Amino acid sequence: MIISTIAFYLFAAMTIASAFMVISAKNPVHSVLYLILAFFNSAALFVLLGAEFIAMILVVVYVGAVAVLFLFVVMMLDINFAELRQGFLQYLPIGGLIGVILLIELILVVSGWALSPEAIQVGSQVAPVVSDLTNTEQLGHVIYTDYAYLFQIAGMILLVAMIGAIVLTNRSRPGVRKQNIARQVYRRPEESMAVRKVEPGQGV
Amino acid sequence: MEIGLAHYLTVSAILLTLGIFGIFLNRKNVIVILMSIELMLLAVNINLVAFSAYLGNLVGQVFALFILTVAAGEAAIGLAILVVYFRNRGTIAVEDIHHMKG
Repeated sequence: MIISTIAFYLFAAMTIASAFMVISAKNPVHSVLYLILAFFNSAALFVLLGAEFIAMILVVVYVGAVAVLFLFVVMMLDINFAELRQGFLQYLPIGGLIGVILLIELILVVSGWALSPEAIQVGSQVAPVVSDLTNTEQLGHVIYTDYAYLFQIAGMILLVAMIGAIVLTNRSRPGVRKQNIARQVYRRPEESMAVRKVEPGQGV
Repeated sequence: MEIGLAHYLTVSAILLTLGIFGIFLNRKNVIVILMSIELMLLAVNINLVAFSAYLGNLVGQVFALFILTVAAGEAAIGLAILVVYFRNRGTIAVEDIHHMKG
């Protein structure tokens, strides 16, 4: 029990510290790397909560896809980041004020909040946690039965995002040589070869 | 000391606040703004999974999965728009991003 408590405080502190470094690092490449650290630590928090499948999906999707995409874009674009940071201190007071107010409100909500026992009864009847199955099996039983339509809509969202990203970033540049397979297949010997009579002592 | 639901909710509240704070702090840098949005979505996910674990109800984890899907799609589309914008204008400053409308 004491080990899980220590682990919770360690991972929570690491998550919050790296999230703070994400928004305050000078170099956006460092921001992306701290974002990856934050995702890893929150995956560990999910493991502590017993949600192993979400934790692994978080590592695969966020660290493997989203963070690498960010890293790729940050390194691909040639941006003067020092120029972008010029208004940094200018927005600090108003942003800090809003952040502190919001944090105080949220902490007040969290500390002054109570759950009635009937709510737990009602909620756990919808999709109860079955103890003799692993977390992944339980999620599979719920997703593919009760939430099948939502699952398909999620797939459609990913398809639309993929098509949108390709359509937006794809461009046809003039002057780029590409292989045209149909033209290669339809080439005739008559139009690509010619017999020349070369005089002795002269070039073609 | 027992780690309860309130601990996880506090972590998630701090993460969400840091995300909002990051949007204000890096007003000019769209990449960091997108990363702040990812942080806020992560906070929402922590909230949902914590409630799911403490109420013994799997629906929270299912919805965390769908939020993950939407976050991945949003990041892909946002970065694609950013790349096109940079290709056309040579900068990613948010101040003149209103040229994109219409």
